[in-house]
Amino acid sequence: MSGNGLSYSEQGGEAAPELAQEVVPTTTPSAPAAFGLFSSDTKKNEDLKQMLESSKDSAKLDAMKRIVGMIAKGKNASELFPAVVKNVASKNIEIKKLVYVYLMRYAEEQQDLALLSISTFQRALKDPNQLIRASALRVLSSIRVPIIVPIMMLAIKEASSDLSPYVRKNAAHAIQKLYSLDPEQKELLIEVIEKLLKDRSTLVAGSVVMAFEEVCPDRIDLIHKNYRKLCNLLVDVEEWGQVVIIHMLTRYARTQFVSPWKDDEVVEEYSENNFYESDEEQKEKDQKVKNTYTMDPDHRLLLRNTKPLLQSRNAAVVMAVAQLYWHLAPKSEASIVSKSLVRLLHSNREVQYIVLQNSATMSIQRKGMFEPYLKSFYVRSTDPTMIKTLKLEILTNLANEANISTLLREFQTYVKSQDKQFAAATIQAIGRCATNITEVTDTCLNGLVCLLSNRDEIVVAESVVVIKKLLQTQPAHHGEIIKHMAKLLDNITVPVARASILWLIGEYCERVPKIAPDVLRKTAKSFTNEDDLVKLQILNLGAKLYLTNSKQTKLLTQYVLNLGKYDQSYDIRDRTRFIRQLIVPNEKSGALSKYAKKIFLAQKPAPLLESPFKDRDHFQLGTLSHTLNSRATGYLELSDWPEVAPDPSVRNVDVAESAKEWTGILSKTKKEKPIEKFYSESEEEEDESASTSASESNSGSGSEKEDKEEGSSDESSGSSSTSEESSDSESDSKENTAKKTSRAAAESDSEDIKKKAKGISKKRSTSSSSDTESTSSEESSSDSMSESGSKSDSGSGKSRKYTKQKEEKPVQDRKAPNKQDVFLLDLDDFCPVTTPVAVPTAAVLSPSLTADLEGLSLSSSSVIDVTTQVSVPRKTHELLHRMSGKGLAAHYHFSRQPGIFGDRMVSVQVTVTNTSDQKIENIHIEEKKLPPGMRMHEFNPIECLEPAASITVSMGIDFCDSTQTASFQLCTKDDHFNVNIKPPVGELLLPVTMSEKDFKKEQGMLTGMNETSATIAVAPQNSARLVIIERLVKAANLGVVPSGQDNIHRFAAKTVHSGSLMLVTVELKESSTAQLIINTEKTVIGSVLLRELKPVLSQG
Amino acid sequence: MIHSLFLINASGDIFLEKHWKSVVSRSVCDYFFEAQERASEAENVPPVIPTPHHYLLSVYRHKIFFVAVIQSEVPPLFVIEFLHRVVDTFQDYFGSTNVGDQLPTGQLSVVPWRRTGVKYTNNEAYFDVIEEIDAIIDKSGSTITAEIQGVIDACVKLTGMPDLTLSFMNPRLLDDVSFHPCVRFKRWESERILSFIPPDGNFRLLSYHVSAQNLVAIPVYIKHNISFRDSSSLGRFEITVGPKQTMGKTVEGVMVTSQMPKGVLNMTLTPSQGTHIFDPVTKLLSWDVGKINPQKLPSLKGSVSLQAGTSKPDENPTINLQFKIQQLAISGLKVNRLDMYGEKYKPFKGIKYMTKAGKFQVRT
Repeated sequence: MSGNGLSYSEQGGEAAPELAQEVVPTTTPSAPAAFGLFSSDTKKNEDLKQMLESSKDSAKLDAMKRIVGMIAKGKNASELFPAVVKNVASKNIEIKKLVYVYLMRYAEEQQDLALLSISTFQRALKDPNQLIRASALRVLSSIRVPIIVPIMMLAIKEASSDLSPYVRKNAAHAIQKLYSLDPEQKELLIEVIEKLLKDRSTLVAGSVVMAFEEVCPDRIDLIHKNYRKLCNLLVDVEEWGQVVIIHMLTRYARTQFVSPWKDDEVVEEYSENNFYESDEEQKEKDQKVKNTYTMDPDHRLLLRNTKPLLQSRNAAVVMAVAQLYWHLAPKSEASIVSKSLVRLLHSNREVQYIVLQNSATMSIQRKGMFEPYLKSFYVRSTDPTMIKTLKLEILTNLANEANISTLLREFQTYVKSQDKQFAAATIQAIGRCATNITEVTDTCLNGLVCLLSNRDEIVVAESVVVIKKLLQTQPAHHGEIIKHMAKLLDNITVPVARASILWLIGEYCERVPKIAPDVLRKTAKSFTNEDDLVKLQILNLGAKLYLTNSKQTKLLTQYVLNLGKYDQSYDIRDRTRFIRQLIVPNEKSGALSKYAKKIFLAQKPAPLLESPFKDRDHFQLGTLSHTLNSRATGYLELSDWPEVAPDPSVRNVDVAESAKEWTGILSKTKKEKPIEKFYSESEEEEDESASTSASESNSGSGSEKEDKEEGSSDESSGSSSTSEESSDSESDSKENTAKKTSRAAAESDSEDIKKKAKGISKKRSTSSSSDTESTSSEESSSDSMSESGSKSDSGSGKSRKYTKQKEEKPVQDRKAPNKQDVFLLDLDDFCPVTTPVAVPTAAVLSPSLTADLEGLSLSSSSVIDVTTQVSVPRKTHELLHRMSGKGLAAHYHFSRQPGIFGDRMVSVQVTVTNTSDQKIENIHIEEKKLPPGMRMHEFNPIECLEPAASITVSMGIDFCDSTQTASFQLCTKDDHFNVNIKPPVGELLLPVTMSEKDFKKEQGMLTGMNETSATIAVAPQNSARLVIIERLVKAANLGVVPSGQDNIHRFAAKTVHSGSLMLVTVELKESSTAQLIINTEKTVIGSVLLRELKPVLSQG
Repeated sequence: MIHSLFLINASGDIFLEKHWKSVVSRSVCDYFFEAQERASEAENVPPVIPTPHHYLLSVYRHKIFFVAVIQSEVPPLFVIEFLHRVVDTFQDYFGSTNVGDQLPTGQLSVVPWRRTGVKYTNNEAYFDVIEEIDAIIDKSGSTITAEIQGVIDACVKLTGMPDLTLSFMNPRLLDDVSFHPCVRFKRWESERILSFIPPDGNFRLLSYHVSAQNLVAIPVYIKHNISFRDSSSLGRFEITVGPKQTMGKTVEGVMVTSQMPKGVLNMTLTPSQGTHIFDPVTKLLSWDVGKINPQKLPSLKGSVSLQAGTSKPDENPTINLQFKIQQLAISGLKVNRLDMYGEKYKPFKGIKYMTKAGKFQVRT
């Protein structure tokens, strides 16, 4: 690649054209540097200037490419500024881009001239094209000219309320740049940050948090209201934004929640059980188990929503989640990150380096996290040394009684490594294992002693040093080893090793009384040639021997002291003087010499052999500071957990605000949590229902057909690759249920997708919203599935209880409108509205609403944690035919989204299409004629509908558990049309999940009057369990109850308005019949439902 | 975040620079050069280097250092990962084709990773399941550790906005995965189906990891007899490569490399097939074996001459092995089916499997 890159910039950028134009090249072309030196710059630039002034865009473009090439190579192109800046208003977007690149580089140097371009940017900031607006803002904020600070400020403010989320994103980027240019703007910028933090677009979230971190990281208060939203958006933010948000939320959480680590023993089990249970329940339990820690639901929300990101392809995201779990999760949960971290070890060396460093810190404190992955840290001979030593570090941290023998065997290989630096590190590691695990101390010591006869000096030296440390900790059996080491002294030349041996002999001289004086004798001879380190130890040894065995060594010591006195090193001379005064008593020496022996031969504490990564986690993991193990500029301290959690209600999004700003995300206050949970379970069932509808639809069979053809075309294509696609016929023949499900599911998708595709072809901006709709709901629902999947039966049983509790609560809840508003927002996410980007009329719409919708148009999906309906049976009903509506057509279907407008409302999605050739303005609802008790939540008026455009809006209707018709007028600016909505009884239900046991219990209480039943014929192809479930769930919004019997299928739901249970049982009998039983208090609806369900299974 | 970026080639020239904020003098790279000198090899240059006013974070790829200049605290992986993406992009852009006049276009699309208005006359979608085995085999031939690092690389050239689903016969194998952002994670979580609107062209759909805790089939073995002798300066060297668990597929592209100890002067070897080179300077032996014929196992035999006067090396050399097996995913992963929704045409579809050696080492 290097070659290519290089040659490109040279050919395209400079060298070739230059040669052509230079009349007499004075140097050879192969030396561009020299060339630049001798060629006259003016001349060269003259030619570029001419090109820039040419009337042809192609010449200008060529010139700009060359100039940008010069900049990239670090050459000075500043004197072209006047010529370049003239082109800033070029119509050609390619030229414009390059001029922008140039300006960003040189505007700071040429401020006066740069001002010439400002008006162009100001104009561009108003351009209808969002890309141009955004790039104008980007350049404007990048040209570091202090005089335009007010203009920048204004531009940022305006851009922060731009309709395009992309422009708003750039506004967030500009904040940081302006801040670095003029920190005095801080207060004003914080206002913009505050505003952008409320933005709902996933595109903006990452950028604004980055600005927050740069400008006002201490303003935690700005986060409160956005905390839940950020958590919920996180999955869909782009990866770089995710990293920044996760780090910020980690800091935030440490200031707001109490530690989950207290009473770990109790908590561990507790939280594990409760992972998926709702908080209400936790509360209940709490009352039983006093003083047990309960995790704040917001705390849990963060942990839950970051977990899927461990699957990111981006190592930085994975690491960010890992550090979040490390710093925030209960200790028992932190270990889920280790698998992902181990996966990262297969990445590039740089990634490995950082990941290993962090794993090293983790593995010291919590061995258990990485123990299962021990072998993944085994060292390969091809690893770079820094990776090897880090792996070794982790292996050492993980060593315990159980694995030490395996590890020591592995270490033996490492010791022999040709990479001697690594071999030395291994010896250190063995030493550490020896001190940490007493069982193997002797083995290690013996092993190390064997290494003393190694041929490699570095290995021997390191062994000596480590043995010395070990012996200090094990003062029992020195004799033999010390003797052995004394013998080695003749051969070892590495100073550290020699010094270590001498120190050992001195320290334990009384144990080797014969050898010690002899060693002193030998070293005295070589004193002058020794390294300073060794000389100091010889002096030391002499002093100690003088004190213990002065008879034999007095003269020797004095000789050595004399040598030291005249040594070249002042260090040695100083030491000599000091020792002499201390040990040789004379009249000048004071009281100290009496204590000389105590001073020299005091019991010394054994050195601690510990990891360099110990305590490194006082730096937040994953940070630069952690990597460097020193505080980096701008490092933000992670605070300790507060003793008492600050008021959690600060994170509640209050009504007025959420209504106004549309920022409120389903606040998960304790009250609401159960709802969410309840719904999320219902989702699961509905998901299945969705697949039914799809698999039955034409698209399903269509795609099957397609597949077959594809399969054959594949073969005929004769591509070199072997196509191992199983064609449909193949999978059909196998007929295994698992596959079937998956296919059904796959096909269900097809329907969504077709819808999407339609949307896309129609209008890009619309499509996005429908796109988002289906994706997001799909995602959220499957989320809930995974959760409920791991729930135990008893759990779901409890959750049922919940619903009941819930039902009592809403009465209060509804009075406090908080919840409803919260849901309103949801509505917007799921109702696609056509908003042409940057068309001024759109501003008439509630700006934030539009903004939100646009945000969605760019993100693939939105994440609203309230799990909403995935794909529902898309059976649409006509509301208004286009003929009678004068070009305005309307259809509706039941989206089965629970509780968007409140508990008792059935949500209805109305798609309004303009089939006329004129704009239709102000579409809204009037003249509701509702039977008593029924209520309706209208959709927001649609300001304007372009010809051929269509919009889907949501509304809610409380049908009072009856199939009465809701009549109202659909009005435009000029016309009124009477329309009505009549609900199928199956849509008046909300699915409920319960265990089989609970189902039977409830059923037992709903007998007699409350039971209706019928015998129905079942078409043979409909007798499979999955088919039955699919069909019933499609026909009515029912939840599937797990069944222990193959021939009995149970479904549960509750009515939307009153919450009465509706239990449906299908019992298959012999000869293609079945008993259909419905138990409910609402006998009228029950019998209607029975009537509607009867034909469902008999039809083919 | 990243202040400036410098590109430094193998000969130590800064050949490209880019500044996002005010210009940082290229002299800041001197600190990098110092570190480079201290590290014996390019691989050992620390990825993070603190300097008095800046931090230098670098990645090394294609013999080029990409050095980012940072001024304040930032997650280092953020920068490193970003630099790797930059390199990937360069590679994409400069790599295979000649560099066109076209400047890269930034497009805002509904689906951020896919440009709009894609058109092809031949619509095709190819998926390569590539698995690499990382293994350490000990002296006696038993596996110390073995892991599989798998990827599914896709080349999708489909018109419009296709929506694909890919399902597996045995998705259970994939318990440690990472996805391209286009994959709908929740769908995977619930159904174990990969559902995605693909980016246009080549991309990595998924990577997965089968950890050392699982049983991994080892497709080849090496029989070795390497001995250096103290007394004489001649040592023996003999290796044979053979197939083991290959599921009946041919092992090809076999390449054996081994870093000999410093004391080795020269090697006199005869291969039964393929070619071999011993570089007396770097002491690297490489043997390009080619295909393994199970009937006639390839071997390399001969003698090793040691430098006179040096004692025998402590350690026998590690043997690194490369190989390829077509049409086999060693983990057993199999794609069940690929479906396309959202577009009317019928694409060509293809799945290819391949197993390769990753870091496959045999200790001797």
